[in-house]
Amino acid sequence: MGNFKISGLILRSLFRRPATSGYPAVPKEWGERTRGRIEIDAPECILCGTCARKCPTEALVVSKAEATWEIDRMRCVQCGHCVEICPKKCLRMAKEYTAPGYEGRTDLIEIPVAKKKTSDDGI
Amino acid sequence: MRGVNDLGKRTVIPFGPQHPILPEPVHLDLVIEDEKVIEAIPSIGFIHRGLEKLAEVREYPEMVYVIERICGICSFGHGLGYVTAVEGLMGVEVPERADYLRTMWHEMSRIHSHMLWLGLTADSFGFESLFMHTWKVRERIMNMFDLTTGGRVIHSVCKVGGVRKDVGGEMLERIASEVRDIRKETKELTKVFLNDTSVKNRLCGVGILSEDDARDLCAVGPVARASGINQDLRLNGMCKYGELGFEPVTGKSGDCYARCKVRILELGQSLDMVEKITSVLPDGPVEVPVKGPLPTGEFMMRLEQPRGEAFYYVKGNGTKHLERMRVRTPTNMNLPSMVRMLQGCDLADVPVIILTIDPCISCTER
Repeated sequence: MGNFKISGLILRSLFRRPATSGYPAVPKEWGERTRGRIEIDAPECILCGTCARKCPTEALVVSKAEATWEIDRMRCVQCGHCVEICPKKCLRMAKEYTAPGYEGRTDLIEIPVAKKKTSDDGI
Repeated sequence: MRGVNDLGKRTVIPFGPQHPILPEPVHLDLVIEDEKVIEAIPSIGFIHRGLEKLAEVREYPEMVYVIERICGICSFGHGLGYVTAVEGLMGVEVPERADYLRTMWHEMSRIHSHMLWLGLTADSFGFESLFMHTWKVRERIMNMFDLTTGGRVIHSVCKVGGVRKDVGGEMLERIASEVRDIRKETKELTKVFLNDTSVKNRLCGVGILSEDDARDLCAVGPVARASGINQDLRLNGMCKYGELGFEPVTGKSGDCYARCKVRILELGQSLDMVEKITSVLPDGPVEVPVKGPLPTGEFMMRLEQPRGEAFYYVKGNGTKHLERMRVRTPTNMNLPSMVRMLQGCDLADVPVIILTIDPCISCTER
């Protein structure tokens, strides 16, 4: 029992550097495993749609007909499940978070599809 | 004996759902007479999200990411409870290394939950500098979570069959060194929390819950232990706690100070356990492959989360979806005790008493 038990701690803190960092002037150092946002390596994607079917928040939409891969950044919770289950391993977890904004953001990625041979090609 | 005229002296003060002291919405009707609380009538239901129902439409491997979001503070505990229940239903044996890692993360989550609580309690009785210093220490453990799991709050490392991420030698060394630093800083904070006059004036003898009341009202976790009930589910064969050798911390007086003391002593215990795991972690795989639908049947399990005992029930029906999932959280069990503690207290002590049960309404309403 006694008064001013915290005074030693306060005095030491007074003469130390701040415990916080001056973000954004001092950039944030990302951890090795930080889950920031999902990125896609478009040429590798085969539009199988596994990521969209297994996404717990339904943040992904894959359209085979239009050859697009779409992510709703506000719905995505960065769990990394899609990265884990992608059969082609074309999804990856980037360290930087999606930048904040005034409106929800959806990223639409066009997937380059190799031209298939058809009867018009003379075969 | 009270007459009809006495009723006129009573006032009903609405407390919450929005109140500076409440991190989450709960409403209380406080019946006041001469600045003393005669009765507190709680009402909840502001943030129900229907996550139990969602388990019926999501496949069981994906559902763990939703379950973790029941609560931001016991997120690891919820993930662990769910995967353990599903593993029990499926008869899956988890590798030893994964079990140790789960124990380590669960204890780290206890440290960050108790640190958060200590800070909020200091804030509730107006000790701002103690609040800031407690949260400064807590930040270290959050950084350790970021380092090992990739997330500060939502960890997403538990999966059915093991854990998703391994923790290697370098990381373990860093955790052990951080734990040593945190222990030093915690010792100083312990002195303030347990010995400072201004802290004791606000906590000692306030919100007393007797041992009999705690038993009758089915109190769980630190609230029950502070009233002298030696009950800790970590001793019931959960994860690897049996091999770490610890004894539950109990109090006697059942007041706010006893609840604070139990939590701060548990903090030291958890730090010891994390340090021990970093030295005894066995080699081996961290997961076993789990495929196929859930078998027909049901499984029930209980685990000790930072706030107390949580209960998980899962029922499989031969598909990849659960037919029923049920979660009962510690705050749900501690609300009746909170109402009992509030009876007869001063109006000024209401925020402190509410905080000492460490309420988590997100958990309660799911």
